[in-house]
Amino acid sequence: MDWITTVDHKKIAILYLWAGGLFFGIGGLEAILIRIQLIKPMNTFLDAQTFNELITMHGTTMIFLGVMPVIFALMNAVIPLQIGARDVAFPFLNALGFWTFLFGGVLLNLSWIMGGAPDAGWTSYTPLSTIEYSGTHGVDFYTIGLQIAGLGTLIGGINFLATIITMRAPGMSFMRMPMFVWASFITSAIILFAFPAITVGLVLLTFDRILGANFFDTSAGGNSVLWQHIFWIFGHPEVYILILPAFGIISEVIPTFARKRLFGYSSMVFATILIAFLGFMVWAHHMFTTGLGPVANALFSVSTMLIAVPTGIKIFNWLFTMWGGQVRFTSPNLFAVGFIPTFTMGGVTGVMLASAPADFQFHDTYFVVAHFHYVIVGGLVLGLFAGLHYWWPKMFGRMLSETLGKWTFWTFIIGFHLTFFVQHFLGLMGMQRRVFTYLPNQQFDLLNLISTVGAGLMGVGMLIFLTNIFLTSRKPADAPDDPWEDGRTLEWAIPSPPPEYNFKQTPLVRGLDAFWKEKTSGHKTMTPAEPVGPIHMPSATILPFLMSVGIFIAGLGFMFSRDDFGNAFMGFMFNHYLVTAIGLVITFGSMLLRSLYDDHGWHIEPEELEGR
Amino acid sequence: MMKTWQAGKRLLPMTAALGLILAGCGREDLSVLRPQGPAAESSFDLMKLSITIMIVVLLIVFSIAAYVLVRFRRKPDQREIPEQVEGSFKLEVLWTVIPLILVVVLAVPTVKAVFAAGNDHSNDKNAIKVKVTGHQYWWEFQYTDYGVTTAQDLVIPAGKDIAFELSTKDVLHSFWVPSLSGKMDTNPDGTTNRFSFSAPNEGVYRGKCAELCGPSHGFMEFKVKSVSEAEFEKWVKSMKSPAVLPEDPALAETFKSQCLTCHAVGDMPDLSSAPNLTGIGSRESVAGILLNDDTGVDGEPVLENLKTWLHDTPGVKPGNKMPDPKKDMGLSDEEIDGIAEFLAGYTLD
Repeated sequence: MDWITTVDHKKIAILYLWAGGLFFGIGGLEAILIRIQLIKPMNTFLDAQTFNELITMHGTTMIFLGVMPVIFALMNAVIPLQIGARDVAFPFLNALGFWTFLFGGVLLNLSWIMGGAPDAGWTSYTPLSTIEYSGTHGVDFYTIGLQIAGLGTLIGGINFLATIITMRAPGMSFMRMPMFVWASFITSAIILFAFPAITVGLVLLTFDRILGANFFDTSAGGNSVLWQHIFWIFGHPEVYILILPAFGIISEVIPTFARKRLFGYSSMVFATILIAFLGFMVWAHHMFTTGLGPVANALFSVSTMLIAVPTGIKIFNWLFTMWGGQVRFTSPNLFAVGFIPTFTMGGVTGVMLASAPADFQFHDTYFVVAHFHYVIVGGLVLGLFAGLHYWWPKMFGRMLSETLGKWTFWTFIIGFHLTFFVQHFLGLMGMQRRVFTYLPNQQFDLLNLISTVGAGLMGVGMLIFLTNIFLTSRKPADAPDDPWEDGRTLEWAIPSPPPEYNFKQTPLVRGLDAFWKEKTSGHKTMTPAEPVGPIHMPSATILPFLMSVGIFIAGLGFMFSRDDFGNAFMGFMFNHYLVTAIGLVITFGSMLLRSLYDDHGWHIEPEELEGR
Repeated sequence: MMKTWQAGKRLLPMTAALGLILAGCGREDLSVLRPQGPAAESSFDLMKLSITIMIVVLLIVFSIAAYVLVRFRRKPDQREIPEQVEGSFKLEVLWTVIPLILVVVLAVPTVKAVFAAGNDHSNDKNAIKVKVTGHQYWWEFQYTDYGVTTAQDLVIPAGKDIAFELSTKDVLHSFWVPSLSGKMDTNPDGTTNRFSFSAPNEGVYRGKCAELCGPSHGFMEFKVKSVSEAEFEKWVKSMKSPAVLPEDPALAETFKSQCLTCHAVGDMPDLSSAPNLTGIGSRESVAGILLNDDTGVDGEPVLENLKTWLHDTPGVKPGNKMPDPKKDMGLSDEEIDGIAEFLAGYTLD
């Protein structure tokens, strides 16, 4: 009950982590099944339809429900601490964001047991995703599930923007913010502009499918290529929504374990902003073979290549942060150090793909599959591993086992390169992506086998990580405040895990790497910016949960509104939109309740603070 | 200036070596790395250039990383705090400018090649015009100037520019012959695409559908047969010769009433709801994936393949639109075998 009603950012972080972890596990299993099917030519382990459902759900799950929530978990856990705040700007909204994400994700995955998962690819290109060519409810689960989950992401993004703009501790100017906060800030801004685009697209597709509209139907005056534009004008920025937080994590971990401040801080900030800006300018590089013509192709080629410049700045700044430092190979730092060359490899293939005439060959082949897995798995997932190992003691008060952490790193990264490096060559040798099997004697066999073995090894790495979590959770929570000893930012100045109010007294920030600055000037703790006084706390509430349940019910009701149930009562309820109405009444009723009932929260009194 | 030239000189043999290594990858009739025509050649040149640049970048990053990680490892007795360096304006400008130069080096030939690839031959009198239509899960090729329609095997005269007009009857597909050219999507009417390529050498090349189009997406393959000009003319002529029907009148009736409602043969009107069957006995494959090979290395003889296909159409190509001859059309095993034998014998001279 405590977990359902919580509005504490640290608990919501943990909720995001478990829910994200669960979906990540589902997406991982889907990946393993895909790789087993492709282990040899003409394999019959899976049938074609199931395979297409698996690739669709693997992509959708991993992007929207697997890695995004884990990013949000870290952002929730760390941002308020790093800026010296007591919570996020809108704790109620924070809870609402989590629950809508969770119910959206649950709705999407219900498709496995409710008559057909989406099967048109995670990009759901029309006309394949229209009711004519994808007749099950699969794509409806996709459009409605993602709209609900996307709501949560948008709410979260806005919340972080407000938090970072308004709630920084005294003295923390923008140019004194930790890089992770900067990255999260820019990420949230991208979310603010990109997610409405996909939401509009999903609404239009829902209307086409459920209400018989013709936005994407060429024969009725629509345009099927329109979907690709809408999808990618969200889809490309989405890539940066994913990778910028990883950049932020790496920029925290490397300075800590090199015992040096981040090299070129201001150019890092500048590069992050530039990447976000360019990220919105390049969506059509996913569409070089759609037939946009040479002018568009040339413009999008060149603008895409430009992204290499700010990204290169970041890579070299990280390397030179370690230059002259004292590098310690703890497990978080192993992941961070492994990230640099791996991500660079994904980056350079990105520049290769940007060259449109060469992309005519790369596009929709395993070369592309290899490229984006190098970026998303080799970049983002390694970054998340670094972040999780790094902040685990702060989040849970327990140190993860270093030995198991190193085992996780080595099995995962070796498995990763084994899986995806050879896929570059598969693509160049003529293997197109999203094929459920392939004919023998095309020289695809050996490389596919290697790739599948690698995927198995990555799975082993994940299992070791889970074991590590399990064993750690049975140990006493005795992590010190600054467990890595060289912590630089504010979160290491308070206990692990932090008390629910985070900072007894808001700290005074006197420079970049505030805590490090105090430590090197001989202080043990931060200088407070205020006297000890009563701390205002928001009340726990179940309303966010109820509002999400309402949207979930409404979504299901809308989706099945045209079905024939062969049952008078069910038919009556669904066909007259009564189920949808019930769901909406729950949601709007909860909103009304929230507006009418004034909850001022509660206070923790100074005596209580001292009594600890 | 001298130094950059020296670096360039060192890169040349590297590019050459790289080209050789890459050329060893894959089948000649399939691999992007073994281009067989000018269009694929131009993509390959850009690939070689970009791979060379990228490998240089990787080598620099990897060596700095390796050096840093070995040299600046924390030693057990290190207690003093390392100097906190704010950054270096010079260095940061350096690694902004060098990537910019590299981008320009790649961007210039890219833009050039983009416009070269955009020049289509649809108004070229010497080019062969082919209308490609994608269907779930087969390819239709219409030679508008010759009044010939065929499926699955695209026959072209060697060395001639082929001007393609691409569209689809259902969902998006992508037309791709890796060793001859990059791919191009087939969009629904209204967004028809054009492009062109040529195959200087005679031979058979493997083509694929590159855009997810349903369960049998992976099986939507086709072949490009590049033949001599004389042979091409001969092929066109025999494609236009009158339709052939089975000799047995009962079987001919079955074939007419059951198959020709969707398929067409010879000079019969083509409804294009199913592949044109003219001369199917001399094609490279049945249904695009059952390769016809009398030696049995890559596939079975054409008769065996036709029997496999007709006895189990949904099994061979899941989700395809052809009704099952036995279950849906009520044909007997003998009739199916009879039609398979007739089709296997329906060859072009």
